[in-house]
Amino acid sequence: MGVGKVHRLGTSLKEGDVRRLRVGDVVYLSGELYTMRDIAHLRAIEILRGKKRLPFDLRGKVIYHCGPIVRGTEVVSAGPTTSMRMERTEADLVHLSGLRAIVGKGGMGRGTLEALRKFGAVYLEYPGGVGALAARSSKGVKKSYWRDLGDPEAVWVIAVEDFGPCFVTMDSHGETLRKSA
Amino acid sequence: MKAHEVAEALRVLETDLPRDVEEGLQGCLRREGGNSREVMKAIVENVRYARERSIPMCQDTGTLVFFVRCAERQSEVVDVIRKGVELATKEVPLRANTVNPFTRKNEGRNLGRNNPIVHFEGEACEKGKISMDILARGAGSENVSGAFMLQPDLGAAGIKNIVLEAVRMAGARPCPPIIVGVGVGGTLEWSAYLAKRALLRPLNERAEDPLAAELEEGLLSEVNRLGIGPMGFGGRTTALGARVEWAHCHTASLPVAVSVQCWALRRVSAEWEGSEFRILR
Repeated sequence: MGVGKVHRLGTSLKEGDVRRLRVGDVVYLSGELYTMRDIAHLRAIEILRGKKRLPFDLRGKVIYHCGPIVRGTEVVSAGPTTSMRMERTEADLVHLSGLRAIVGKGGMGRGTLEALRKFGAVYLEYPGGVGALAARSSKGVKKSYWRDLGDPEAVWVIAVEDFGPCFVTMDSHGETLRKSA
Repeated sequence: MKAHEVAEALRVLETDLPRDVEEGLQGCLRREGGNSREVMKAIVENVRYARERSIPMCQDTGTLVFFVRCAERQSEVVDVIRKGVELATKEVPLRANTVNPFTRKNEGRNLGRNNPIVHFEGEACEKGKISMDILARGAGSENVSGAFMLQPDLGAAGIKNIVLEAVRMAGARPCPPIIVGVGVGGTLEWSAYLAKRALLRPLNERAEDPLAAELEEGLLSEVNRLGIGPMGFGGRTTALGARVEWAHCHTASLPVAVSVQCWALRRVSAEWEGSEFRILR
């Protein structure tokens, strides 16, 4: 994969912001990331299907497949987790929550790719295992939700500055880096 | 042997990548281009920064696996290891990864039933001396590992095929460039143990056995022909090395286990002689 265009984005995104991004582009994010893994996806979908509101509004926001190490409000290490574990639930979350970007690693499947195209969202990859550098670009925990799930599975709202490189590997036009997805 | 010494070994394990692995990553950085190169730059910089700041290089501080040699008092050794893990979880800090497999409840201490994993090894050990190797195994790579019972007549070609298939199926998920640990022979569980143990041997040391060494070289070049590349972005380096350990097995069996290891091959050795404690790198 060649080096693509570089974009610097905030984390309250409009459809047009993500429709501009193409596979191979590189994104640096400044704003807030909502960490969400396996169980947080299930719980969020259950709430949204019941026509209730989440305690945090994901419309236009960026979620991060990550279970960080946190000490107080300090983010100690916070790289991405394997996104494929969320494949079964991601399309529903994109649809129901109105999120605009997902950050993870390892790629996702056809269900997510189709949801990104249909609802105008994008999948980005931060280098796996790069937890220390991710913490360096984080400015601390702003809030946390669903702590009953245990630290790795809880939702942490992490403030970030120039968080990247995040590589666009699935865009909102049905394109994907890995053709076998 | 003291809990704070175990915790210190765990801090080194999680924050300071062994030099042979770091050199492998630097070699990969030199070979790759495009976004694969950008990924490798971030990884190499992350290793340096984590060591400098003494913070875990990866937020997944893993399941902790101990390979222990000691002549006596095994239950006391397990007790000190558990206390050390609990202490390290607070002080390094480690992420609390350990949950009940049925309820998924996390008690936040990285302790549970039969966890951390402690293997006592049969190797001779002097009285009064304890030595151990520790691995931190993240879920991304553990989840794509497996053990297979092959037909013996499939031979070396069968072993290669099953390993390549496992690596191909794993794709980008285990955070390549990977290290491939392979256990051949023994029984189902013994092959899995050997595959993990194979990851302890440095990347610049070949297997002693000529057939195992040949398998290691063959596997490395074939895995790298898969083209998965750093983080699955494509490239010449999918693996930094392949490591094979083996045992004799039943005449009707050919167990083969593959322990896929992410680029962050976190291993450390420690030993105690009387009250003297040393971390070996």
